[in-house]
Amino acid sequence: MSLDDLYRETIMDHNQSPRNRRSLEHPTKTVGLLNPTCGDQLKLDLRVQDGMVVDVGFTGHGCSISMASASMLTEAIKGKSTDEALALARHFKAFLTGTPSPVNLGDLEALQGVSQFPSRVKCATLAHNALEKALSQD
Amino acid sequence: MIEPLVDVSRDFPIFNRRINGYPLVYLDSAATSHKPEPVLAAMDQFYRHSNANVLRSVHTLAEEATTAYARARETVSTFIAATDPKEVIFTRGTTESLNLVARSFGDQFLRAGDEIVLSPMEHHSNLVPWQQVAKRTGAVLRYIDLADDGTISIDAVRRVISPKTRIAALSKISNVLGSVNPIVEVADLVHQVGGVMVVDGAQSVPHEPTDVMAMNADFLAFSGHKMCGPTGIGVLWGRAEWLAQMEPIAFGGEMISYVDREMATWAEVPEKFEGGTPNIAGAIGLAAAIDYLTAIGMDKICHHSQALGEHAFDALREISGVSVYGPRRPHAAAVAFTIDGIHPHDIAQVFDSKAIAIRAGHHCAQPLMQWLGVGSTARASFYFYNSSNDIDRLLDAILETKRFFQR
Repeated sequence: MSLDDLYRETIMDHNQSPRNRRSLEHPTKTVGLLNPTCGDQLKLDLRVQDGMVVDVGFTGHGCSISMASASMLTEAIKGKSTDEALALARHFKAFLTGTPSPVNLGDLEALQGVSQFPSRVKCATLAHNALEKALSQD
Repeated sequence: MIEPLVDVSRDFPIFNRRINGYPLVYLDSAATSHKPEPVLAAMDQFYRHSNANVLRSVHTLAEEATTAYARARETVSTFIAATDPKEVIFTRGTTESLNLVARSFGDQFLRAGDEIVLSPMEHHSNLVPWQQVAKRTGAVLRYIDLADDGTISIDAVRRVISPKTRIAALSKISNVLGSVNPIVEVADLVHQVGGVMVVDGAQSVPHEPTDVMAMNADFLAFSGHKMCGPTGIGVLWGRAEWLAQMEPIAFGGEMISYVDREMATWAEVPEKFEGGTPNIAGAIGLAAAIDYLTAIGMDKICHHSQALGEHAFDALREISGVSVYGPRRPHAAAVAFTIDGIHPHDIAQVFDSKAIAIRAGHHCAQPLMQWLGVGSTARASFYFYNSSNDIDRLLDAILETKRFFQR
């Protein structure tokens, strides 16, 4: 497994120019998560109206994998229903353990190489865990 | 050129491995050290030849196991210049040793308003147990201010020591900054106000000669696995007068004297603190490790560790975009660094592709990361099996990491 398989161009691009990297002014849901082994910190803000994710932003710091994954996730779920967003997170996590996704994962598919680096899976799923936690709040 | 102090490929089977096609460069000994053949052989011999439980049975195997376990305690005692092997308590490691002091000595002797002096560079295992005992007793934590390079000055210690100080708990060597703390002077100040000095020796005992009496300590905690011994064995050394007064915290087999339906009395020190079947093979492995280190010479190891630490510190500081933490001189065998714009985890990943093992993260020292103003760092750490060639590989890997992420 070479480094280029892990750090694909798409990942480097999201890491260098993250999308939706901002705090929302009026989030309806906010979740902060820590990755205690790495010291990564992520805050995910969601604005949910009528069951739709109308806006999403993230802040924090972490490795290129966790930041790129957060950037890709926010792009993928904006404008989707909360059910679709949760399904995406679930399919993405299964995808990292080798299960093909029935839905289009978009740029997130570039993270496939992470499955070969077990210690980095928690980096790639930090934002997805935050999303699941946020959407399970009332 | 700084050479290894031993024939590495003869003594350490793990260094004959190749990882990702490259020979292993192991720069993570502050996390755990590798195990030389004599340690592996001693533990293997025990299990194959003498395996039995200690203290209780009279059969030949039990006699051999008990003798070997007692001899291991004597070996440790001599190694740290303790006055009596009974002052050596075997634990699972530094964490359990420090928890034992906090739970037993702390709960027994701390009152509301008493003060515990710590530094912000402490490993969580010399910090969280004190937070917890403070919660239970109403004692207060006082933190020594660090100088800009992370060192501790005696003036800064004086500012936090008061007549209320009951305990000062300090690492001898920082696992992140590579700084060497003035234990003897701090212990003097603490003793003047009637307090006790607890020393976290996890990073110092493997790397330098240790003399608990000269150190002026009341308690010293360290782990076997960072000094070529196996995991799961460590030591709490304590002054006999304190250990005699302290209550045990784990109750059960082999730690009692008399038991009836309602009550029990305790065995003598050290058995009082070693409830249950101890890690016999671990203690034997630790003793073999001590024999191995002693044969090399702790003075030589100390000189070698510091030479590598200081060489790495200087070399890393020369690279643009790299920040190095801790003092320039003296600098022990752990060197923490960051590269602008590249997360430490990504650094460690690129290094691994070249078979260079470093640690990335907060190093179980989150308050220190907060003080440094970073989320995490990379850390290279050295032992007597490393050479300056390993540091050359480290420097090449840093340049390659910068190229990779700045493409």
